[in-house]
Amino acid sequence: MNNTADFNRRDFIKTAGVLGASVLGALAFTPHAVAMGKKPPIGRVVVIGGGYAGTSAAKYIRMWSMGSIEVVVIEPSPQFVSCPLSNLVLGGSQQISDLTFGYDMLKKHHGIQWVQDTVTAVNSDAKKVMMQRGEITYDRLIVAPGVDFIYDRLPQLQTAEAQKQIPHAWKAGWQTVNLRQQLESMPNGGVFVITIPQAPYRCPPGPYERICQVAYYLKAHKPKSKIIVLDANAEIISKKGLFTKVWANNYAGMIDYRPDSAIVSVDVQTKTVSTEFEQVKADVLNVIPPQRAGKPAQMANLLASDYPWCEVDFLSYESKTVANVHVVGDSVASGLPKSAHMATSQARVCASAIVELMQGRSPDPAPVFANTCYSFVDDKQAMHVANVYRYDAAKKIMVSAEGGGVSPAPSDKEGAYAKAWAHNIWSDVLT
Amino acid sequence: MKTFILNFILISSVVLPIPGRAAEDFVYPAQGLHTRTLAASCAACHGTNGNAVKTNAEFDATAIAGLDKAYIEQRLIDFRTGVRPATVMHRHANGLTLDEIKQLADYFSRQKPEKHTMPEPQMLKAVQDE
Repeated sequence: MNNTADFNRRDFIKTAGVLGASVLGALAFTPHAVAMGKKPPIGRVVVIGGGYAGTSAAKYIRMWSMGSIEVVVIEPSPQFVSCPLSNLVLGGSQQISDLTFGYDMLKKHHGIQWVQDTVTAVNSDAKKVMMQRGEITYDRLIVAPGVDFIYDRLPQLQTAEAQKQIPHAWKAGWQTVNLRQQLESMPNGGVFVITIPQAPYRCPPGPYERICQVAYYLKAHKPKSKIIVLDANAEIISKKGLFTKVWANNYAGMIDYRPDSAIVSVDVQTKTVSTEFEQVKADVLNVIPPQRAGKPAQMANLLASDYPWCEVDFLSYESKTVANVHVVGDSVASGLPKSAHMATSQARVCASAIVELMQGRSPDPAPVFANTCYSFVDDKQAMHVANVYRYDAAKKIMVSAEGGGVSPAPSDKEGAYAKAWAHNIWSDVLT
Repeated sequence: MKTFILNFILISSVVLPIPGRAAEDFVYPAQGLHTRTLAASCAACHGTNGNAVKTNAEFDATAIAGLDKAYIEQRLIDFRTGVRPATVMHRHANGLTLDEIKQLADYFSRQKPEKHTMPEPQMLKAVQDE
């Protein structure tokens, strides 16, 4: 294994220039091994999406295949912006620029070819991905597009203009910055309203962490302000006991939590949302829309017929509906939390399986991986939920092993651990 | 720190049996594959192949690449039994079989310590989000 890592790094740094040129050209994908004067690659994996799942899959396929599988990532964004820690931008203890990174080191260290483009279609019969500026064929395809927002019931929010007024900020970036600015401009005594969709959605504890972060900011700067939470779920769906206690102890009287409150319409002009029962007017309104598997997964017909997520074989993450196409990250119908750590764990099981399958061998019949998810309740204190998950051969799903659970209480120590988690997962997926 | 680790190994080497664990501690086939993905799952906190990054933050996670095999194994067992208190490691250690603990200890002990860094933070570019 050590030799593998050395081999990869040395050879790929040497050829990085050549690869860069070939990718920037008219999508003429020079196979690495030819550029390196070695035998040709055993195949090409195309990865759609450069988030936590896509970057992990790309890197670990390169590492574990010892560079013998060509990997091409397609990602529209020039930068990686971390969703984990992005709620702290709303609280004011982090800047968006602390969470924004480039892909250069990842590409260079692992000889990953990169195309900054948007996928427009997937033809799984021809094993081909179409983009705005070209097309590419694959032997195996990994689809890791994250989530797509469903605006069927909230068509008013579909435009970029409406989202300037009412950002979701559920993909970290300019919407996160916008929501922070709106909170800064809100008068003392204003009302912040956040709406939470029916689970499953990206990052189960995320909305409740966000409420803590907004409360933390308002308590210090606008203490007369209130937070109204309209949760489509029947109760807080993650770390319930911990969040309930933090809201009562740290942010007493600030948070009005209303369960079973799915929103049915939004008035963008007046920032008013309606549920089946009531109308609520906000000074700052954050609607987190319902979610489904990302657009490229829809294009490739990977969604289950009655459920907007992708069913996969958990030994390889190959789609149950389309051969040679794998799905990892938030788009998977796994029944497990849609977290960044989970996305990377799934991606590496998928990567390991693909490396084996492409060499005519079988994947691990019983994969096991871990998930650790921290939530910050203010600028310093965090709390975890952590579990090991193992494959259940009878049920053919990943189930949680014994021993998992949540922190007894948030702490400064776990806040420091949570930052270390972020530093290392960023290093793992981006270098 | 070194003295501490040595002491720790000496003291903890007498703590061995774990009641009620034997039945689930069987060996999977394809052990190498099993361990590489399981080990990679530790990267979120301990870095790629156990090479945790060094930063200017108040706390850095432990780099486990190249540590002594017996030390890693015993440390995980002590997290599991509660002999060593933990904030989160007991959750992971308890979810593993004894065989997985042994395999992970072996895997990380064989990793060459390398200097891994965080990617450089950047200003967010002025492009439209989705």
